[in-house]
This record gives sequence, C-alpha cells and structure tokens, in this order.
Amino acid sequence: MAVQHLKTAEFDEAVSKGLVLVDFWATWCGPCRMLAPVIERLADRYDGSVKVCKVDIDEEPSLAERFGVMSIPTVMVFKDGRQVAQTVGVQPEDAFVRMIDAAK
Amino acid sequence: MFDLLIIGGGPAGISAALTAVNRRRSVLVLSNDYRANPLAKAPHVANYPGLPDVTGMQLMEAMHAQLARSGAVLADAKAVQVIDMGDRFSVATPSDVYEGRSLLLAMGQAPAAALDGEREYLGRGVSYCATCDGMLYRKKTVVVLGSGPDAPEEANFLASIGCAVTYFGRGERPAALKEEIPYRKALKYAVRGDGARMTHLEADGTAYPAEGAFILRAGVAADSLVPGLAMENGHIRVDEAMRTSLPGVYAAGDCAGKPYQIAKAAGQGNIAALEADRWLETNR
Repeated sequence: MAVQHLKTAEFDEAVSKGLVLVDFWATWCGPCRMLAPVIERLADRYDGSVKVCKVDIDEEPSLAERFGVMSIPTVMVFKDGRQVAQTVGVQPEDAFVRMIDAAK
Repeated sequence: MFDLLIIGGGPAGISAALTAVNRRRSVLVLSNDYRANPLAKAPHVANYPGLPDVTGMQLMEAMHAQLARSGAVLADAKAVQVIDMGDRFSVATPSDVYEGRSLLLAMGQAPAAALDGEREYLGRGVSYCATCDGMLYRKKTVVVLGSGPDAPEEANFLASIGCAVTYFGRGERPAALKEEIPYRKALKYAVRGDGARMTHLEADGTAYPAEGAFILRAGVAADSLVPGLAMENGHIRVDEAMRTSLPGVYAAGDCAGKPYQIAKAAGQGNIAALEADRWLETNR
C-alpha cells in the first residue's frame, strides 16, 4: 500500500485507529531522503495492516511543534491515537519492524 | 549508482579511487576539503617513496590533483549515515544521498569520544546536522560546537535562518565565522538537561542556556556511520584483504588501525580497491 502524506488537519483522524507509523521529514534533509525507500518498503510489507505515513515538517510545522520533533528524520508509532514509540535518525528496516511488533 | 563509494579523500581513499578507476569502476569520493585533511598539517614528510622532503600540504595537493584528473567523481560533503539496502549501499550527506554497489571506509582516525550528555540528548537538543535540523530551531538559542572544517559555515547558516547562535571552539575564532556570531573558547564540554530536553551547555564549568547543540565534527564515528560494523580497539576490524565484518564494505588507512602512516594507508587503499573489484565481479 502506498505511503500516505498527512496534513495537519487530517492527522488526528489518520492516527486514531490501529497502528500507524509516521515519518517526520523534509526535502532539504539528505538522511530523510535516504530513509524514504525504507519507509516505502514498510508500507509494502504491512500492506495496510499498519498504516505508513509521512509528514513534511516544512509544510506542517505545527505537527512538528506539537510532537516535539527536534531532529529529522524522526519516526513515531501511534496506537489508537496514542504515541507509543519514537526513534530519531535513519535506521534499517528491521529496526522499524521490531518497533512496530513491540507496539502490537 | 556507483560501483564504489569511498568515504574519505586522504591517502587511503585516493589510492583506492585511482586503483578502482584503473579497473574501469565508477567511483565517488566523499570528502571534506582536502586542505583540511590532517596530512595537510604535517610540517614535513620524509618517508613517502618518490617524493622526498615535502610538506604534508604539498603531498596532499599532489595526491588530490591526481585524484581530480582520474575520472573519479568528487563530492565535497560529509557522510552522516550509511544504510545497507540489500543490493546497494546508500550514503547520506547533510543534503544529498549517494548510492553504490560497494563501500570503502577511509575516513581517517576516529573522531573524539562523545561528550557527556551527548547521546542522552541526541534528538532532544543535540543534532549533528545543521542543514537537516536548523529549521526546527528558528528563533531559538543554540550553540555550535565546531571542530569540523565546515562548522563555521553551518553556524552562519543557522544564524541566517534566525537561530541565536553562539559558537564554541577549542582554538582561535574561525575566520569564516560571521562577525555577529559570538565566539567562546573552551576545552571541556557537557550537554545538560532536565531529562526530557537539553537545557544548557556546560563549557569549562560555565552554564550557557540553549535549546539546541549542533555538534559539528569533521566526521562521524565509523560504527555510528555504519550500523553493525565490528570494531576492534577503536578501529574498524579488517582482515588481510581489508574486508570489514560486513560484505561489500572495506576499510583502509588510519580508521583501519595503526601504524598511522601515509604509505600504509595508500597500500591498504590499493588492496581494498582490488578486493572490492573482485567482489563486485562475483556478487553484484
């Protein structure tokens, strides 16, 4: 399933049910762009059973502010609307799989 | 996509690049400015074959000129993260991504150990990338701990987007630093916070309140740069063919162990490039 790009207005609804992984990123950031194919693989791997989303902090600064994002890329996992895990920096695919499995 | 990505443009990286190009491999060398290479600071080099009685800068200039003519692609940028994508390696710099089928680590001696509090507040005040994270600190007070060659320019960038920057260094004020940025000299640093976020920098015992600390070194520690890389006594573990613990990843020069000698670095770069060439032939 494709990665969803979230806007501020739709964020709460998007993360409200089930497991949702959110990648906070920006176009100017090399490490964020390196992470992009990993995030896409996760979307394919979970095929909808875990929603995989991205937030461009340049376009949605209020979301970055609200979740205290101070370094990008930052990846968070939400469970039924609640943030349950967070990691800063580029990680291999397995690390995110472990993070998601631990949240299940 | 390159056949060989080389991180480091010192004698080991340059030697490897020349050899790989000779083997008709496409090569990218990622490096800080060669004039900032530690070798360029050596007052006298007496034991490098064929070039008696040169300064480190003369030797570095000669090597760099040969690299520039070789056909290898050069990028003046610092590698901040490497990831193994299975069939290739991705290397991120602050603002770009490069891909290669094999990887050579030739980034020189390990940078200084992490500061007290640095890892604890990573992503909660501590950042290694002004380009990436600067915008998150607009209108905030930040400190720059600059030891890498690009640090003054990154501090200027932070000031230009609206961060209140104070620059800290261990030596004299860098010439490239904008006049309006205050400079403080201190030797011992620690990042302090309230457990959730960084609140101040401690420099030689004095507290400087700051929401962010950009720690900008010349390079990233090898095992932080490449997750899972085996180390041995502070160096990258290599075998006699300069293979590391990860398939397709090689290391040469000072980062691969002592002695820290130019001829040894060049020799190891040569071996690593030949081994990478052989590995590419059968594996990629």
